[in-house]
Amino acid sequence: MMDRIAGLGRLGLAIIASFGRSGQFLFGVLAGVPRPATGFPLLVKQLYAVGVLSLAIVVVSGLFIGMVLGLQGYTILSDYGSESAIGQMIALTLVRELGPVVTALLFAGRAGSALTAEIGLMKATEQLSSMEMMGVDPLRRVVAPRLWAGFLAMPVLAMIFSVVGIYGGMLVGVEWLGVFEGSFWGNMQSSVDFVDDVLNGFIKSVVFGFVCAWIAVYQGYDCVPTSAGISSATTKTVVYSSLAVLGLDFVLTAVMFGDF
Amino acid sequence: MAQRSIEIIVGLFMIAGLAALMFLALQVSGLSPKSAEQTYTLYANFNDTGGLTPRGKVSMAGVTVGSIESITLDRDTFQARVTMSIHAEVDNIPADSAAVIRTSGLLGEQYIDISIGGDLESLNPGDTFYSTQSAMNLERLISNFASGR
Amino acid sequence: MESSAYIRLRDVVFSRSGRRIFDGISLDIPKGKVTAIMGPSGTGKTTLLRLIGGQLRPDSGQVSVAGHDVPRLKRKALYQLREKMGMLFQSGALFTDLSVYENVAFPLRAHTSLPEDMIRDIVLMKLEAVGLRGARKLMPSELSGGMTRRVALARSIALDPELIMYDEPFAGQDPIAMGVLVKLIRDLNSSMGLTSVLVSHDVPESLSICHYACIIADGKVIGEGTPEELRAHPSERVQQFLEGKPDGPVPFHYPSGDAAADFGVGGLSS
Repeated sequence: MMDRIAGLGRLGLAIIASFGRSGQFLFGVLAGVPRPATGFPLLVKQLYAVGVLSLAIVVVSGLFIGMVLGLQGYTILSDYGSESAIGQMIALTLVRELGPVVTALLFAGRAGSALTAEIGLMKATEQLSSMEMMGVDPLRRVVAPRLWAGFLAMPVLAMIFSVVGIYGGMLVGVEWLGVFEGSFWGNMQSSVDFVDDVLNGFIKSVVFGFVCAWIAVYQGYDCVPTSAGISSATTKTVVYSSLAVLGLDFVLTAVMFGDF
Repeated sequence: MAQRSIEIIVGLFMIAGLAALMFLALQVSGLSPKSAEQTYTLYANFNDTGGLTPRGKVSMAGVTVGSIESITLDRDTFQARVTMSIHAEVDNIPADSAAVIRTSGLLGEQYIDISIGGDLESLNPGDTFYSTQSAMNLERLISNFASGR
Repeated sequence: MESSAYIRLRDVVFSRSGRRIFDGISLDIPKGKVTAIMGPSGTGKTTLLRLIGGQLRPDSGQVSVAGHDVPRLKRKALYQLREKMGMLFQSGALFTDLSVYENVAFPLRAHTSLPEDMIRDIVLMKLEAVGLRGARKLMPSELSGGMTRRVALARSIALDPELIMYDEPFAGQDPIAMGVLVKLIRDLNSSMGLTSVLVSHDVPESLSICHYACIIADGKVIGEGTPEELRAHPSERVQQFLEGKPDGPVPFHYPSGDAAADFGVGGLSS
């Protein structure tokens, strides 16, 4: 019995310690002001790897999710004779929730796991150590550009996701099921508010981008430098990022939209 | 050079993101640069605003002519006081027009429809609608019907 | 010898995850010489290099390099000190996303603001020194193990360090590659006046190039001296290690219980 309680205590301490380590790690990454001359090309390279290469999956998923929303929304709304509200439904769902959340989940799976594996492999092959021995801080040289790239790319991807999703919904609703285009856009415009909906969704995606990138680079940097360690770190990145995104989404939604 | 083409692609990527944000702002949320256009304010008192919300539309003959600014409770009359901003070019609403709360579709959002009167006088900025018609309350309608009143 | 020590370790104690790796180790590494640190696998030879490089901190004791007390250095001073150190990792640790040329240019770009044509000259010079000037356009994945190590060597001497540390440079190399590395280490030491520290368990190669050697086992130095002194060392453990005898003071069997009981033979008599 006492052993179990002690075990629980140890687990708690380990969790707190890992939070502390990741916080320290974050501080180490962000503390150094990057030199623009060397930092910028590195950032651009990572933006390409993290952002541009995730574009395909984000666009395709966005299109399909928008189309599904259009179909489902039409089926339900037409029972009440208000299928013209479909534009509003699609836009609000995408801009407030699905855009940031689904993009973050895709991002964790596509870019986050790649970041973890890449940094983990650099650790396993002693590239990080050798960089350190050359007097170059790997936190600034390797980790910081990746963290910033994730942070910047995520909102861009989420916005693109929402737009493509709305377009997909319009494709199904207007072009296929014959909802009048004017009421599609009109209902949408009268119910979607720029600050309350679009901007809050944007803030969500910024937060998610930061959290996903942080988890990914931390798991890579902190992994056990063996093949088993890298694979478990990659899994952890996806699991923790997904959980963090969904949990944070609830908190953010409660704060942003909870009061009406 | 490879670095150069990556830079261009990343630049396009950022522009695409910005364009998406602009699209969400202009096309989806209807935030138009014209929103700074001239409006004037009218008021209407309702016994029941139902599901009317701020930012809802105000229309005449189905054409949107303004939006709902705010909905407050009048402490003296216990009525809801709705503040509307009406586009400045629609400056000839007859003074005996009525503000009616309608629903688009059965479950659609509620909006204010101005049913036009025949008065030669028009409403001036800051005026209050003389006659209003409150939201149709489905529940009350059904209970009225059921009790035969 | 005491006065010309470049690296000095005093009573260094270091333990990791409950296991004591160094138990009060003291060591002097002379300036401008090749020093070999040898010992069985798992005795923490690589850890020793990391202690010298300041990547790890000892639990107690002193580590000083060129007069700097490494564990107590501030971050910035430590990074400045590391610019004077080169380290050749066991795996080479080339950056896999950069070409051979860019790998060697990396420390130059990071620490100097030399113009591009000067970087080019230095990189080609260093690559020439390891005989791989022609391989500058290759990616690390296209190199053989020996070439990887030679490129890594060129990279670690790019900034003309005072100290270079080799972590198992001979492990897993074919005889020719090994011969090349032996020659390179010796040539670099004599031509550049480097202080070299060589960690290895390849006894003949190490003894053939070092001026001074020490053998570590169980967290302690069990023998040190010039190669000749070591060969004539009275300790049985030193002799067992140098000659590679399977049994001796370091037993063939991992400590175990009574063999008869394990095999179930002892049970018959009871």
